[in-house]
Amino acid sequence: MDGIHDLGGKQGFGKVVRERQEPAFHERWEASVHASMVAIAVQGWLGNIDRFRHAIERIDPAAYLTHTYYGRWLAGLETLLEESGKLTGGEIDARVRKMSNLDQQERLTRAARPRLYFETKPLSEDAIRGAQRETHAPPRFVVGDTVRTSRHGSDGHTRLPAYARDKIGRIVASHGAWVFPDTNAHGLGEQPCSLYTVAFEGSELWGGAGESDAEVCIDLFEPYLKRA
Amino acid sequence: MDDTPTDMRQVRLRAEALESLLVERGLLMESDIDQVIAQFEQRVGPVNGAKVVARAWTDAEFKLRLLADGTDAIREFRFSGGQVERLVVVENTHVEHNVVVCTLCSCYPWALLGLPPRWYKDPAYRSRIVREPRSVLAEMGLEVPASKRIRVWDSSAEIRYMVLPQRPDGAEALSEKEREALVTRDAMIGVA
Repeated sequence: MDGIHDLGGKQGFGKVVRERQEPAFHERWEASVHASMVAIAVQGWLGNIDRFRHAIERIDPAAYLTHTYYGRWLAGLETLLEESGKLTGGEIDARVRKMSNLDQQERLTRAARPRLYFETKPLSEDAIRGAQRETHAPPRFVVGDTVRTSRHGSDGHTRLPAYARDKIGRIVASHGAWVFPDTNAHGLGEQPCSLYTVAFEGSELWGGAGESDAEVCIDLFEPYLKRA
Repeated sequence: MDDTPTDMRQVRLRAEALESLLVERGLLMESDIDQVIAQFEQRVGPVNGAKVVARAWTDAEFKLRLLADGTDAIREFRFSGGQVERLVVVENTHVEHNVVVCTLCSCYPWALLGLPPRWYKDPAYRSRIVREPRSVLAEMGLEVPASKRIRVWDSSAEIRYMVLPQRPDGAEALSEKEREALVTRDAMIGVA
């Protein structure tokens, strides 16, 4: 989808700000979201990584830009829990109302109850298997081929960045068959297809404004590509 | 005083509400959160990637294997931490500089570099590094000479990229530990 997440080439965001001695987590709630994601994934409630990414893409664009990385994860998790019927938005809202009158220490004390049972399902087979697949049609392209990318995006999840649409590049690596995120994110099956690294000259992507002697290499699935 | 902006206070509260609901259902306990913190503060971090780089700087046979098949070459290190189903290592040379990004989300080789820093996940880096890599790198303190070609790797699938920085002069005379200390996270992303 043409969402705010598709940031490549957008202008106006200013300088990259680096922190000195940055911790892995800035605040406890970030680690809480990380652990919640793992707990939800262990239950198999996440569906798959492509569904999770698409849930993040669908959050409010303004929130996407301001709520930071773990704020985006949290919104994505809420969407998936609600859509799968595991937890309704109303339940979270009600809990927020209940907790908002407590100070943080009280909230944490309430949260830190022992686990009711210690058995957790192992990560679903899909999570362990990763996204590579054995069987697939032979790749249509070989290293050195020139290809043109799709001209249009998709209303759903896709991994063809908008800045690389309708552009000519050359195949620089061929990686075998991988789960196709565009279908997998929507419950339409894995539909494994060939994955390639495609190199694009800066001038092809950005015209005269492109910096000289720079190229961008993007991992692209075969359905995005046509022979040029 | 808590100077967190109101909407981030709300996000924090929602995170705690979700946490408490998961705890109630027996799916999460507080020690899980401590474990996640310990995992990424202590066990999984750029020190892993640094071991790989330090080895490649002095072991030519390993370096060849690493560049040919990163996934296979790092197996012996037994890193955990996820997000590296397939690893591709790209080498900086006197004619080429490599830099890694994920413009669509924030894909990053966790097992080798730990969790990504904020700037890697923020819009400024993700939007600009593909369009004006030389300017962004210069702003970040890395002047790439005009004689060097720049390759930006946009991690748009499940392949994860790590940069093999050039070996500093004199590094071969150091111990393995000293060499590892020379390797920074930012150099393995390609911004230093």
